[in-house]
Amino acid sequence: MNTTWSRFNITSITLGFAFLYLPIVLLVVFSFNESKLVTVWGGFSTKWYVSLFHNQGLMDAAWVTIRVGLISATVATVLGTMGALALTRYTRFRGRVLFSGMIFAPLVMPDVITGLSLLLLFVAIGMDRGMTTVILAHITFTMCFVAVVVQSRLVSFDRSLEEAAMDLGAPPVKTFFQITLPVILPAIVSGWMLAFTLSLDDLVIASFASGPGATTLPMKIYSQVRLGVTPEINAACTILIAIVTIGVIIASIANKRREVQRQLDERAAQRG
Amino acid sequence: MKSLGSIRRDFVPWNDPNAKPYIQFDKVTKKFGDFTAVNNLSLTIFEREFFALLGASGCGKSTLLRMLAGFEEPTAGRILLDGQDLRGIPPYRRPVNMMFQSYALFPHMTVENNIAFGLKQEGMPKPDIEKRVADMLKLVKLEQFAKRKPHQLSGGQRQRVALARSVAKRPKVLLLDEPLGALDKKLREETQFELMDLQQELGLTFVVVTHDQEEAMTMADRIAIMDKGEVMQVATPAEVYEAPTSRFVAHFVGNVNMFEGKVAEQSANTTRITGPSGAQIVVENGGAAATADADIVFAIRPEKIRVSSKKPADAVNALEGEVYDIAYLGDMTVYHVRLDDGQIVRASALNAARVTEDPLTWNDRAWVSFRPDAGVVLAR
Repeated sequence: MNTTWSRFNITSITLGFAFLYLPIVLLVVFSFNESKLVTVWGGFSTKWYVSLFHNQGLMDAAWVTIRVGLISATVATVLGTMGALALTRYTRFRGRVLFSGMIFAPLVMPDVITGLSLLLLFVAIGMDRGMTTVILAHITFTMCFVAVVVQSRLVSFDRSLEEAAMDLGAPPVKTFFQITLPVILPAIVSGWMLAFTLSLDDLVIASFASGPGATTLPMKIYSQVRLGVTPEINAACTILIAIVTIGVIIASIANKRREVQRQLDERAAQRG
Repeated sequence: MKSLGSIRRDFVPWNDPNAKPYIQFDKVTKKFGDFTAVNNLSLTIFEREFFALLGASGCGKSTLLRMLAGFEEPTAGRILLDGQDLRGIPPYRRPVNMMFQSYALFPHMTVENNIAFGLKQEGMPKPDIEKRVADMLKLVKLEQFAKRKPHQLSGGQRQRVALARSVAKRPKVLLLDEPLGALDKKLREETQFELMDLQQELGLTFVVVTHDQEEAMTMADRIAIMDKGEVMQVATPAEVYEAPTSRFVAHFVGNVNMFEGKVAEQSANTTRITGPSGAQIVVENGGAAATADADIVFAIRPEKIRVSSKKPADAVNALEGEVYDIAYLGDMTVYHVRLDDGQIVRASALNAARVTEDPLTWNDRAWVSFRPDAGVVLAR
């Protein structure tokens, strides 16, 4: 194998990373800009972060987003897990193929269509739009992502674990909570995190489903940007990026550690 | 004190007409859709017996075990345990425990919690659980591994945890599904003897499913040989090997030579059989009742056939042929002799002396000979 760096490789990698990260780097840099003009560098300052925390509108929107994310991710995780269980366990019921196709359809459905149809539904049943409708909408579209994640874990789940538990005297419900749930918990947790992140950065569906008094952070940022980008928004986005980055780093370190530990354990076990 | 061997030797409840059956399969049928996994099967197992279900994959042996554990319900027929009909009793209320082929150890629990799981389910007081778990760990020699998780154990250790977990509740019957299938050959042989000792020590009834005939022969008091959802023969290992009742069983267990022929003449003790080429052999009566002129097969094991370069003077049965193939295996030598009528006979000779030069070699003329009582007559 050729391990030397050809000029072509270097160029393509540089270009690739530039496309991915240059906009984000610019945004982070300008969030520390002294000047009020977004594209003119006026020296280092953290004043926009201070003013961000005094911007009641943005802070309210952030709080709404977090509440929507927590509630909708939790409910979607419960529903999605149940759906995944039904799809992997009861393989012989009529219309299973149709049902499994239908649960995954929202994955590829354009957000605009999901949002619009939800809006029509809420209007038709006379539901006042607000935080509740945003939460319902987010449950609807994140549920299928949870189902996909949990289902992929359940497919490789060894059913004889459950049989062993029942054989040793545990009734089905107890077996589920003591054996099945703990074993598939990592998949459920990553399903929850996926649902939470999706809810955090959704703009389109939230705009359709939301009403007065329930503005999420992405909606707020979007509406402010239309009036002109302020460095305050840059600061808000930088904080979001920091949160996501830290989350990803923690998750991957934990994963890596667990993997290394498992390999060490197995090697030790092989030695006897 | 009686040795384990003598207990084993005296244990023959299947020959006692008054012995009470412990597990009874009564005309059990199990269908999965159109497929019949178990077909109208009846079988009796006695208390404290080490019973093996032996068969190729798909013969219904695992289904039988799963019906006993309660994971499958029979389509028809009854299963009785100690006189009680098991129909409708869910697995978690049956007094049987199972050791799974994959071991099915709970990956998120330590070794001790795995073993304690069943005891907690029946609400045993905590100090008793701790004592029982300690006993079990000692029994399988895993005391220092109590706090480990399953993935921190080797294959053999996992197998022993699975065993300890399944006997911890002192079940009436222990079901073992291919218990040694995942171990390497050497470990498997050691573990076979450990399992036998454990069964004697605990005084439990063991029902083991296996496709490995050597494993079944070593461990079991009796073996049921299964094919296509039916029991072909139930007998002790020696009977299965020496006196198979059908061509299937004779073929399935060990190696065998089959001579097809017709009954030519019958006397009080012996039957004379004529082969298709006119060659005649005389065999002792027993096995399938042969009437005059009936088409039968004579089955004989390779080690009961002698190969020699000259016709033995005292031989009742001797057939002439040519050495076709020789395989030297160290402890014994296997000869393939092509008889003059074209049939190939397999014969094996124990290498009792250190002979490095064989008097017989490829393409030599040779005689195969055997005693009249060396094989069995089976229906064709």
